[in-house]
Amino acid sequence: MAAVEHPVLETHGLTVRFGGHVAVNDVSCAFRPGTLTAIVGPNGAGKTTYFNLISGQLRASGGRVSLFGEDISGLSAPQRTRRGIGRAFQLTNLFPRLSVLENVRLAVQARAGIGRDLFSMWHSHVELLEKAEHCLHRVALAEKRDTVASMLPHGDQRKLEVAILLALEPEVFMFDEPTAGMSVDEVPVVLDLIHHVKALGDKTILLVEHKMDVVRSLADRIIVLHQGELVADGEPEAVIASPIVQEAYLGIAQEAAHG
Amino acid sequence: MLTTLLSGDLPRSRVLAVVLLAILAGLVLAPFVFPGTRSLNVAAKVAVFVLLVASYDLLLGYTGIVSFAHTMFFGIGGYGVGIAMAKLGAGWVSLALGIALALSLSAALALAIGLLSLRVRAIFFAMITLAVASFFQILASQLSGFTGGEDGITYKLPDLLLPGTKLVEMPLLGVELNGRLASYYLVVLAALACFLALLRVVNSPFGRVLLSIRENEFRSEALGYRTVTYRTAANCIGALGATLAGVLYAIWLRYTGPDTTLSFNIMIDILLMVVIGGMGTMYGAAVGATIFVVAQNYLQDLMALASAAAKGVPLLPGLLHPDRWLLWLGVLFIVCVYYFPTGIVGKLRAK
Ligand SMILES: Nc1ncnc2c1ncn2[C@@H]1O[C@H](COP(=O)(O)OP(=O)(O)OP(=O)(O)O)[C@@H](O)[C@H]1O
Ligand SMILES: [Mg+2]
Repeated sequence: MAAVEHPVLETHGLTVRFGGHVAVNDVSCAFRPGTLTAIVGPNGAGKTTYFNLISGQLRASGGRVSLFGEDISGLSAPQRTRRGIGRAFQLTNLFPRLSVLENVRLAVQARAGIGRDLFSMWHSHVELLEKAEHCLHRVALAEKRDTVASMLPHGDQRKLEVAILLALEPEVFMFDEPTAGMSVDEVPVVLDLIHHVKALGDKTILLVEHKMDVVRSLADRIIVLHQGELVADGEPEAVIASPIVQEAYLGIAQEAAHG
Repeated sequence: MLTTLLSGDLPRSRVLAVVLLAILAGLVLAPFVFPGTRSLNVAAKVAVFVLLVASYDLLLGYTGIVSFAHTMFFGIGGYGVGIAMAKLGAGWVSLALGIALALSLSAALALAIGLLSLRVRAIFFAMITLAVASFFQILASQLSGFTGGEDGITYKLPDLLLPGTKLVEMPLLGVELNGRLASYYLVVLAALACFLALLRVVNSPFGRVLLSIRENEFRSEALGYRTVTYRTAANCIGALGATLAGVLYAIWLRYTGPDTTLSFNIMIDILLMVVIGGMGTMYGAAVGATIFVVAQNYLQDLMALASAAAKGVPLLPGLLHPDRWLLWLGVLFIVCVYYFPTGIVGKLRAK
């Protein structure tokens, strides 16, 4: 069923150059609702840069991004977020001196679109607070709601990053190595959550992930980036078995595991 | 009721609550408890500067915008009243017209500065505000036909606000109920109302977005907030607050000149007050402005007393001589900033 639906998000010949270096090179790809696409590739392959081009933190040197069939290449990052592209960052990107709850509440408030309200009191919007608390609950951070974000241990900061994405209620979820640097017992919370988003059935999910077991358990499809180019795209097992992945990606992953 | 008035932003420290109440009581009761022209001048200046510094805190403390144009907006308010009174006559209509024109000019200027330059890096924004404010100072001294140049302008106000006007024949508790008193309470109540309005703004959903911009503008954009719009809006609101403070000061002094409004010395005073009081707290503006203005006016007297008391002790009388008051004010600030890096309010709330 999912395969015949129209893609929500598409990139057409997406390219970006930094000086002479082509970080993302002519990547065309379509992402359909209800599908989780894992994006893999060695360090420096251009995965995060590809994300930046889609969510608007970076302007493309060439090519287009379209959302629901509409070209959004000219839109700014905030506009794209409001259109439904939500992003969790690889490098934790929080409001350091605000509380955990406020970090999430700001996302809920953005989604509710009441940021221009100058006259009401922020805490009188109880429904936003409840929503924010619910999101924290989902990543098992409810008890730490009053902690200042910068005081959280690394694993909790990663969870908060995910809670913020959840609070945005986007159509397109972009996770950039959501479990990186987490301890083993923290990982399942995040994976369960991604499972849950998947189970909603109509969300488009992009996941950058190095851990192959995670990719295997979650992905409906894998695309491989290598030196900025899309070099493989298909069913998880087939892609993982392909020589190019064994060579370009797993070779490096094994090196890292041994080093 | 109190919660609504304070927008839910309670002092959150018993000492701070007492200090704030003392400031409020001092301002409201000043004509009766501290009689005399000088103390009433100090009290009115405190009220005006609480508003001026609070509106600056919205920029610096809440949004993280460094602007040096705040005294320019203060001056626009002052000259708006001054020029209207001097040129159009001392009536209520011309007063209202002067205020409306000043507010419009400030809003337009703040919008223009914001849109043209809030996209650039913070340091450039600061430079641009500095340039515009300098230009404005020169403009005010050149257009002496309007502004009185370096001498400034002295003017009359509507009768109700003039000292010669007796409101009631009988004095109350030994205080004459005249136009001077009316204008004092106009200044204090208007400043208080504006302060509470600013307190509401920083505690609104909009104010929370400003905080998020201060903390991490990149992330704020990724949440979907168009931060340029928010920063520009904050810039305009801050400018309007400063303009109103200028209006009130001009009403109180019945004089507007470069030294009372546009001078960069005042800009530095504002910065010191907001830092000493505690950035990003609003109440810090009230505490900082009160301490600063009172110290500015009474430190010399205090030192004369201390110097006299220390007679006979070597060195001390010289150090405490009233002429050294600026030195001691400086020492006071360094000590403050060193021991209370988050300001007095930050320190009180941390306990
Ligand atoms: N703003 C930038 N300016 C210059 N070069 C950049 C910039 N951003 C990324 N690059 C370069 O582009 C390449 C791709 O980087 P990117 O961060 O997208 O890799 P990645 O696949 O996410 O790697 P990792 O697995 O380590 O997160 C790298 O060589 C990087 O140095
Ligand atoms: Mg990356």
